[in-house]
Amino acid sequence: MKTSAKTAGNGSKVKAARERVSVAAPPGPATSKWEYAPAPEAHDYIKLQPRYDLFIGGAWRAPKSGTYSASVNPATEETLCEVAEAGAADIDRAVAAARVAYQKYWRTLSGAARAKYVYRIARAITERSREIAVLESMDGGKPIKESRDVDVPLAAAHFFYYAGWADKLKWAFPNADPRPLGVAGQIIPWNFPILMAAWKIAPAIACGNTVVLKPAETTPLTALLLAEIVQQADLPPGVVNIVTGGGATGSALVKHAGLDKIAFTGSTEVGKEIARECAKLKRRVTLELGGKAANIVFDDAPLDQAIEGIINGIFFNQGHVCCAGSRLLVQESIHDVVVQKLHRRMQTLRLGDPLDKNTDIGAINSKAQLDKISMLVASGEADGCSRFQTECALPERGYWFRPTFFTGVSLSHRIAQEEIFGPVLSVMTFRTPDEAVEKANNTPYGLSAGVWTDKGSKNFKIVRELQAGVVWANTFNKFDPTSPFGGYKESGFGREGGMHGLLPYLEL
Amino acid sequence: MATRIAVRKTYKLYINGEFVRSESGRTISFEHREGVTHIARATRKDLRDAVRAAKAALLGWRARTAYNRGQIVYRLAEMMEDRRGELVEALDRANGRATSTSTREVNAAIDRATWYAGWCDKIEQWLSTKNPVAGPHFNVSSPEPTGVVGIVAPARPSLLGLVSTVMPPLCAADAVVVIASESDPLSAVAFAEALATADMPPGVVNILTGDRRELVPHLARHMDVRALDLWLDDARLGADAADLACANVKRVRRTPPRPPSFWYGDEPASPRWIESFMEIKTVWHPAGL
Repeated sequence: MKTSAKTAGNGSKVKAARERVSVAAPPGPATSKWEYAPAPEAHDYIKLQPRYDLFIGGAWRAPKSGTYSASVNPATEETLCEVAEAGAADIDRAVAAARVAYQKYWRTLSGAARAKYVYRIARAITERSREIAVLESMDGGKPIKESRDVDVPLAAAHFFYYAGWADKLKWAFPNADPRPLGVAGQIIPWNFPILMAAWKIAPAIACGNTVVLKPAETTPLTALLLAEIVQQADLPPGVVNIVTGGGATGSALVKHAGLDKIAFTGSTEVGKEIARECAKLKRRVTLELGGKAANIVFDDAPLDQAIEGIINGIFFNQGHVCCAGSRLLVQESIHDVVVQKLHRRMQTLRLGDPLDKNTDIGAINSKAQLDKISMLVASGEADGCSRFQTECALPERGYWFRPTFFTGVSLSHRIAQEEIFGPVLSVMTFRTPDEAVEKANNTPYGLSAGVWTDKGSKNFKIVRELQAGVVWANTFNKFDPTSPFGGYKESGFGREGGMHGLLPYLEL
Repeated sequence: MATRIAVRKTYKLYINGEFVRSESGRTISFEHREGVTHIARATRKDLRDAVRAAKAALLGWRARTAYNRGQIVYRLAEMMEDRRGELVEALDRANGRATSTSTREVNAAIDRATWYAGWCDKIEQWLSTKNPVAGPHFNVSSPEPTGVVGIVAPARPSLLGLVSTVMPPLCAADAVVVIASESDPLSAVAFAEALATADMPPGVVNILTGDRRELVPHLARHMDVRALDLWLDDARLGADAADLACANVKRVRRTPPRPPSFWYGDEPASPRWIESFMEIKTVWHPAGL
């Protein structure tokens, strides 16, 4: 494994980490150790400019604020380039450009013409897919096999799907008169940068709105590449504006008087603030917020598939997933065997260079997020839960966290209630189906859930009782542009994907 | 012949299928052409009781078949028709005189209840999709109830506004706590009496009368209330409620005052009003051997 060579001199750190591990279960039969030769994806053709400006009105404009901040590769801690920080004056300019574009061009275009532009974007993403995937992994730390096989193809598919709706809106909402809202402000998180940009921009512009999108502070680069694609697709200037920056930029966008709508994906904490601001301004808003999904495994589940589902549920994208299956609810009678199988499977996960095609677990997105994960894991230990971590070595530079699970977790523990947003699983047990549902729903969140059982009628019943916007039955973490995604309760409101995903961008 | 002495009614709150006085013993005096009536003035405690009853009723209400819920809502329309005289009289009293408007309003309210009764077993079909995902998965999306919905009914038309706002969440299989018109609460109590005889399970609809300034903030901040439907003339009160509602990410519909004619139009009969108090659930299952 590539990373083991890098960390040869780092034995003491690894050893120290091992000593803290309390063994949650007897390890299963020894797995054969496969060594993989490094298989790095080429990235020498990615030509980054030293500095990126704001994409406003179809052109690159230096920020009036004059400030730039570094975008860092979390796997190496190296600065990739500098990115503009938009201030209030820049937001003003972007919203004005979006307004002009809405009134002058986009609103007057036929749906069929809008569709053609959106199709162009979909095609261009596919054509430049590898470049986007590599850049995504460099900027955010996610394994190349995920950015290449999940994020980028899904992003293209989203544009392709919504392009087709642009001239069919009247058929989507019979007995109504669907009209665009105007200018939408959109704020997206750092865990799926290009995919979230697609989820936001595609339905909005297909419905005839224009947008000002703010990517996350730590992962702006693929959105800027998307800006280039928008430019190359010859979209009328100002239909898509991309303004980079941190929390202050986002706040300035949310508060801007010239918007007709805010769409936000991010933490529940920030989401509530945005909801308050929008309530004050009487502004339409849709929110896709945090989650603490229960992944329920019954004793009649297809166990080997369930183990794969648990692994995928919590370790996909380092657990930086709002719908991650971060609470494993196992029927008591199979607890030990599940924990043992999980333990064994986790040892085969390869952590390291995100650009290596064999890597399963990439880098934690930022130092701040690493600190947060470490803090919550420490709280799990302080609460007396048993921690298990894989024994893989960590690269010397960059932000990393070993795949982790806790047993002996009870509902009141912080690691059972709070969103960790990292590769950390809390294992709990239940005896009856009613108890499973009760525990699964015992959270203010309601984004997603998983159910594992081979018994059809039980599956239907549990699926119905779970308070979650997306339920994966005998599978986990599946996404598709035709499939609506969004939360119940404090996980937000509004749907993205499918026909339901048009509603947040239309007046009926 | 001596004039007959009328037997006057005690106007109570309707909580968990029972008619109760406010736990505080407080009332609001309401003058009308036949004298003074004392309307129960609900408190924060009464409101909490109502929310608790609604939450407890949710599971059972949803567990009934859509067909059965439709029958119960239709039965409510029947009970309203049966009590049309009483409903008209309640509106007349509040207006201070008998008017044809009262009859028109009651007719519209009964017709609206009938209209929504039919939606109970259709809304799920209307909003559901089977999604053609690009992979070996069976994937469907369908609406489910949001939970406890708090309603602040429009001041006027008091009965038609109340019925038009209570029906959509009922069709969604939500349970509701509604604060009735403050200026004209008599018809709300008469409506509660129709509810009580309509086979509606206790707690599914709870009706409070009282001072809105006192009650609305508590409704807006209650953590078991999942959605708010606000029809307030007082913009400030509405703004404060919308702000408090963010604490648990309530779904808020806040509508500025509408003229009475609005309530007789098509919009309050839109099934999109039902959708406002539903959540879309998407379910994935592998499809393969």
